[in-house]
Amino acid sequence: MAAISREEVAHLARLSRLAVTEEELDTFAGQLDVILQAVAQVGEVAAADIPPTSHSVPLTNVLRDDVVVPGLTPAEALSGAPDAEEQRFRVPRILDEDVAS
Amino acid sequence: MSDLTRLTAVEIAGLVAGGETSAVEVTQAHLDRIAAVDDRVRAFLHVDTDGALAAARAVDERRAAGEELGPLAGVPVAVKDVLTTKGVPTTVGSKILEGWRPPYDSTIVQRLRDAGTVMLGKTNMDEFAMGSSTEYSAYGATHNPWDLDRIPGGSGGGSAAALAAYEAPLAIGSDTGGSIRQPGAVTGTVGAKPTYGGTSRYGLVAFSSSLDTPGPCARTVLDAALLHQAIGGHDPRDSTSIPAPVPDVVAAARLGATGDLTGVKLGVVTEFSGEGAEPGVLAAFRESVDTLAKLGAEIVEVSCPHFRYALPAYYLIAPSECSSNLARFDGVRFGLRVGDDGNRSLEEVMQLTREAGFGPEVKRRIMIGTYALSSGYYDAYYGQAQKVRTLITRDFTAAFERVDALISPTTPFVAFPLGARTSDPYQMYLADLYTIPTNLYGGPGISVPCGLSDGLPVGLQVMAPTMADDRMYRVAAALESAVGTLTPPAL
Repeated sequence: MAAISREEVAHLARLSRLAVTEEELDTFAGQLDVILQAVAQVGEVAAADIPPTSHSVPLTNVLRDDVVVPGLTPAEALSGAPDAEEQRFRVPRILDEDVAS
Repeated sequence: MSDLTRLTAVEIAGLVAGGETSAVEVTQAHLDRIAAVDDRVRAFLHVDTDGALAAARAVDERRAAGEELGPLAGVPVAVKDVLTTKGVPTTVGSKILEGWRPPYDSTIVQRLRDAGTVMLGKTNMDEFAMGSSTEYSAYGATHNPWDLDRIPGGSGGGSAAALAAYEAPLAIGSDTGGSIRQPGAVTGTVGAKPTYGGTSRYGLVAFSSSLDTPGPCARTVLDAALLHQAIGGHDPRDSTSIPAPVPDVVAAARLGATGDLTGVKLGVVTEFSGEGAEPGVLAAFRESVDTLAKLGAEIVEVSCPHFRYALPAYYLIAPSECSSNLARFDGVRFGLRVGDDGNRSLEEVMQLTREAGFGPEVKRRIMIGTYALSSGYYDAYYGQAQKVRTLITRDFTAAFERVDALISPTTPFVAFPLGARTSDPYQMYLADLYTIPTNLYGGPGISVPCGLSDGLPVGLQVMAPTMADDRMYRVAAALESAVGTLTPPAL
């Protein structure tokens, strides 16, 4: 049985903000199925009482002194932006038209 | 061809410091070599001719002024395009960052500058360091100097190929699941993954933050150790940086080069020394084990039963972290923006931008990660993978109570032909079968050339406990003293 359907891949693409094509959906559905069936092997390990490891370095709350240091200028920070206006990143509209109007 | 490109970093630094050649001469020789061969090798995405010559002139001026130069001053270095370089294009092998010139240097690059090395340019890589062949680069594959029809490994195939093609004596890579060590193995060069947190991730474009580790690539173990020493150590700008000095890897490499491993106990990983690897790889590995024994090392076999689950655990953990990290590529702050026609919403523009900017492997991993982190599957996939990570760490800890270091082949197979594994993504993942456990554990690992199989290089991997990077350099240098360095056929 397939681990993942074409419809589920389409849903994942939406969640991932990827405007995938119909052709890509066909390809990805098969490939993701192979990958997910393979990685599902982790389920064979008896690990109910094992604590998870998120990170190999046991450090918590690394803080620096609260001292002002030079940072990027606004021009530097905006230098790679696709669009900028009045020292800010300019974005496409974020509200629906009927809401915005 | 100039002889200068055949020298080690140690030799170049000695000649520059002694005034027998200049940093400019050395740099020009490497730029000439790049011009002569890189249309075939395609190791570089960007060659910074002006910046390199300016840096070289600065070294020569410092020497002329009587300043004392560091051990790598005047030595050219190639930098994987995953590290930010101020004003110099940084693409991560992706169209989504095409043309981006970062406003700041990564800590690694800053330390390279402080050491007086000369950055030649940025090297090719699988997009966002996801891959084992550089074929997933949005700018075309790099070719292995040993056989131009074969892959140079990945993701850092550009850095490894630049070394093997004598385009650079030193290079920087990053290793999330083997991206320094596997390219080193298949190009006959040395690649070291430092202890996680031993080298700074500041300015390293993030793929999987709990695994990403920048590190040195070179043609000799001592050169790799010197580069490791120059770039390593605590960085207050990286919250996961270990606040301790770099173990003395240079002294360890020099000690190993004496060829004496008396008193060193090495464990051959049972799970990685039998089936699964090509016969030629196993033969070269077993011969090297005999060599290490002749050098005085005590060899035992060590079973690490959970290592067989490292690959599936990795391909849940790394994609999960990637799906989160790559959310920053939204077409707002840097890089590509597609479809902003004044009518489309931010969300639509974001979807079109990411669709156009990311390649297929990056999309697959983002979706796998999104799947593994979603509420219905979290416990069975991401959560379970994190528990397996604990068990793999325990395997390492138990092994290092018995032995000083573990050894295995670096990769199950030699460089495969370009195109052989791109249609089946999971077949590509198998290239990192032996390198991934180290990343999950967080310890250091190094690949050192150990012989040839059908005329193609084979690498031996040494894995050591966290913050015992010096141990792996000692073992690798000892093997190198017996095996020698590998020289590819003339290009």
